[in-house]
Amino acid sequence: MVMFKAAFVREWRLLARQKADWLNPLMFFLIVLTLFPLGIGAKPNLLAEIAPGIIWIAALLSVLLGAERLFKDDFRQGVLEQLVAADEPMLFYVLAKIISSWCSTALPLLLISPLIALLLGLDATAWLAVLLTLLLGTPLLNLLAALGAALTLSADKGGILLALLILPLYIPLLIFASAAVDNASLGLDYSGQLAVLSAMLCLALALVPLAVLKALKLNVG
Amino acid sequence: MFEAVNLQLAAGQLLQIGGKNGAGKSSLLRILAGLARPDEGAVLWQHQPIDDSDFPQNLCFIGHLSGVQPQLTALEHLEFWQAAFGLQPADGYRVLATLGLAGLEDIPCQLLSAGQQRRVSLARLWLTQRLLWILDEPFTALDQSAIVLLQQKFTEHLSRGGAIILTTHQPLTQHFPEAQLLELAYRW
Repeated sequence: MVMFKAAFVREWRLLARQKADWLNPLMFFLIVLTLFPLGIGAKPNLLAEIAPGIIWIAALLSVLLGAERLFKDDFRQGVLEQLVAADEPMLFYVLAKIISSWCSTALPLLLISPLIALLLGLDATAWLAVLLTLLLGTPLLNLLAALGAALTLSADKGGILLALLILPLYIPLLIFASAAVDNASLGLDYSGQLAVLSAMLCLALALVPLAVLKALKLNVG
Repeated sequence: MFEAVNLQLAAGQLLQIGGKNGAGKSSLLRILAGLARPDEGAVLWQHQPIDDSDFPQNLCFIGHLSGVQPQLTALEHLEFWQAAFGLQPADGYRVLATLGLAGLEDIPCQLLSAGQQRRVSLARLWLTQRLLWILDEPFTALDQSAIVLLQQKFTEHLSRGGAIILTTHQPLTQHFPEAQLLELAYRW
């Protein structure tokens, strides 16, 4: 627990001093979403129809954008090496990293979701569905992104590799999340999709941190 | 990579590993620290293979990467390591003052010189209770006074029954009783 707190505090200090790390993905998300209405033109119905897919694709790309930095600095500066050698409770370090990356990249997306809904012409029910799916889905995005970041740690140009590795894993999430928002905008029940998203999140929460830990150790060794 | 490496280190002993660039000093240290596995042979800690013993809990490893995050201050850096090592929070200011960093505690490490960053990285040695120190080129970028200070710390650690393995190109200026020297030769 001491380790968790120390790593968490350290991460927040770093985020406060490297604002580009979390501001850039957020700006990227906003800009991509603004481009769609401009590109498609004045067709509000079409826009509302494709909005769920757009929001989710923009969200997963922006999380991916912020993912590469996650362990990179600690690897380069030798922090990871020293943690592994001393057999520190690394699981808490990994958890602190993932949780703070969710807070810094995904939480802002939730906060600006009303604005997004307005921008894409979604009504209140659809917005609520967007909010709920983002709430359940973004932690999953961050978990998988952390796994990709840990696996591609020692690769020189890890960014593209990371995307190729992780994007296919996002497909189920994308399908269920956009289906939920689709159903919501048609006034249908979408609790089934939310349940599937929750199940995926639980599974990832249990397994991914352990996999990240193993990948980090492999890369250091 | 290595041939006929056989060494033993007792409490209170210092082992200096020497050799030309590329002789494999750092690789040997990584094997000794358990970060890399030897193809043949074994590393033992108190007669137990290091994987099955409490070796990691007794080890303080500082490699040629400093472990200092450029955006964090020296004090924040120490805070993290104190918590990570599960130590009682010691007075970080005092340790940093000992190392000649008084007044520089709260500026980001990227603004410090290379030697000062190295001092921040080595400050962990003043906080740790661990028995075995494995240090890769600890004297790099340090000035004479810091080198003397560090060797005094070595003496103190050895007298408390600790052990030190280090690589360096500089001859140690201080005399350590029972110091061993392992010279690695570079061979094609």
